[in-house]
Amino acid sequence: MLLKELSELNGVSSRETPVRHFIRDRIGGKVDSISTDRLGNLIALKGQTKKGPKIMLSAHMDEVGLMVVGIDPSGLLKIKTVGGIDERVLISKRVLVGPKQIPGVIGAKPIHLQEREERQNPMKISALFVDVGATDRSDAEKDVKIGDLIAFDVKAEAFGDGLFKGKALDDRAGCAVLLDLIENQYDLPLAFAFTVQEEVGLRGATVAAFGLNPDLAFVVETTSAGDVPPLKNHQASTRLGQGPAISFMDHAIIVNPALVEQLVAVAEEAGIAYQFRQATSGGTEAGVINQARTGVPAAVISIPCRYIHSPVSVLNLDDFAQTIKLLDAVLRKIEQRGLPV
Amino acid sequence: MKELLRKLTTIAAPSGREEPVRTFIAAEIQDYCDELKVDTLGNLIAIKRGGGTKIQFAAHMDEIGIIVTTIDEKGFLRFGNIGGISPHRLIAQRVRFKDGTIGVIGSEKVDDLKDLTLEKLYIDIGAASEAEAKTKVGVGEIAAFDRDFADLGQRVVAKALDNRAGCAVLIEALKRVEKPQNDLYCTFTVQEEVGLRGARTSAFGIEPDLGIALDVTGTGDTPEAPKLAMKLGGGAAIKIKDSYLITHPLVKDLLTELAEQHGIPYQYEVLPFGGTDAGAIHLTKAGIPSGVISIPCRYLHSPSEMLDLNDLEAAVRLVVATMEHPITL
Repeated sequence: MLLKELSELNGVSSRETPVRHFIRDRIGGKVDSISTDRLGNLIALKGQTKKGPKIMLSAHMDEVGLMVVGIDPSGLLKIKTVGGIDERVLISKRVLVGPKQIPGVIGAKPIHLQEREERQNPMKISALFVDVGATDRSDAEKDVKIGDLIAFDVKAEAFGDGLFKGKALDDRAGCAVLLDLIENQYDLPLAFAFTVQEEVGLRGATVAAFGLNPDLAFVVETTSAGDVPPLKNHQASTRLGQGPAISFMDHAIIVNPALVEQLVAVAEEAGIAYQFRQATSGGTEAGVINQARTGVPAAVISIPCRYIHSPVSVLNLDDFAQTIKLLDAVLRKIEQRGLPV
Repeated sequence: MKELLRKLTTIAAPSGREEPVRTFIAAEIQDYCDELKVDTLGNLIAIKRGGGTKIQFAAHMDEIGIIVTTIDEKGFLRFGNIGGISPHRLIAQRVRFKDGTIGVIGSEKVDDLKDLTLEKLYIDIGAASEAEAKTKVGVGEIAAFDRDFADLGQRVVAKALDNRAGCAVLIEALKRVEKPQNDLYCTFTVQEEVGLRGARTSAFGIEPDLGIALDVTGTGDTPEAPKLAMKLGGGAAIKIKDSYLITHPLVKDLLTELAEQHGIPYQYEVLPFGGTDAGAIHLTKAGIPSGVISIPCRYLHSPSEMLDLNDLEAAVRLVVATMEHPITL
């Protein structure tokens, strides 16, 4: 299963190579050209001789994780987060360290040895370390270097009634959507951008959009689902099982209202379930693509996802399928009618 | 100028929904420029050619506002902010949606005002149910403050003086300029309040030699105010710095000399916070010397902002003087 394979690849921001290679191998022969730009974005062009507006479809390959910032004389690794991670979820998780994918576990002082005050407060990352089973610093240095990136070691699988769990669904689910769409034939020039370093500041998309200079862009993302207690209804920005979420505004973009209207119209015409992302917080690559050169109309379509930015997140496979259907229907509409804005 | 300001501030056009104000400004200036165009993000660009240095003047058209995020089962709307809005300033204010629907902002019970956040506020549009509310307003719809323009004589009070004041200055300068000595790119920008967005993309397209933003700035002339040198009635403010820009010394000197030469009242502006379109323009491509002519304004980002018409007039004269001065950089 593609989503499982993608989820289990490790590509913490700036070390996206395994994901890039996987995608590159998979799309070979199906597109006009494949290239990797200087920041590491994988760009696949399809239908370049076709008339019509140039459309960029973007999903980021990177995931949140950790970085080795020091090696203790004991051989334990000091760590920092890469991207936005709730430090409280880290303790006792299994990880894979560096290019050699050395197995490790995130350790901390056990409860028996903690002072009363320590027990009352969540552990800060400065109190955590990664144990790779080394006997001392020089033993650890055989396999690990400062600056090595650390990914969560988690198997992905379907469970429950049509749900799927795994790490890095943000945004391998988006990558999987693009990999599905890339199989289709559209009468449009399309640029598929599998980007780097989104989680540390929308960096790959910034340069990818400058290089591609598209007429319109769709960012395919995951977004936090708030359908968990004790959040009240109005605090849930999206819900699992209600279809892809269409954004009207976040901290990085106000989506052109005509574009939002078009997405809604296409979804309703095609009978595809959708929901609005009922929040204005957060930001995606659409923000920087929108600001590229003289400006690019951009929209965000997200798959609702519980517990994102943690070692295990949950999405609904029907939302995933509906997201593909919606984007396909939108591209078909643009084939017929041209740019929506 | 007062009438122009009244018309401009009466229009509701928060960031991302600038069309009504863009339409109004386009009609005002179409006879006073050589070319008028709207770019991808919605910036209105009026070109008036005088040869020589290419100057981009930028005044943002958008204003702060709110956007509906959810509608609850009783018909109350929850919302997010568009631009910088303090929740304390919102309680009991009225907002107006595009179709004219008026809403009043209410608050959940809060024991300590320090705990007041936007999440605790809601908009009541007088709907008795979710279904009724949805016949009037949808998720994703935007509203602006609903507040009349008040003429206090030499001073005026209105919503959205930030930055319809800058728009009024640029419109008036375009009308008054007789012999432009530079190529003027008068840009009425979008989405300044959410991150200088229109200025960024318009400057990339225009690629000017010089950038000058026209915007409002805070003052220190009210009781127990923050320590700021700017005051109402002190003249046009030539910016020295804010959080996004240190005015290029050439631009600061140019504006100062022109003000001195033409006897235009001016004051220097050092703002320890905030930013304007010039913050984005000066970092465009390989860099563009930029500055700001500001209009001092009290109670910024509230429904009742106040300025002095003498300062507005001084700003117009300084912009016209810049337009008519052969600039070499």
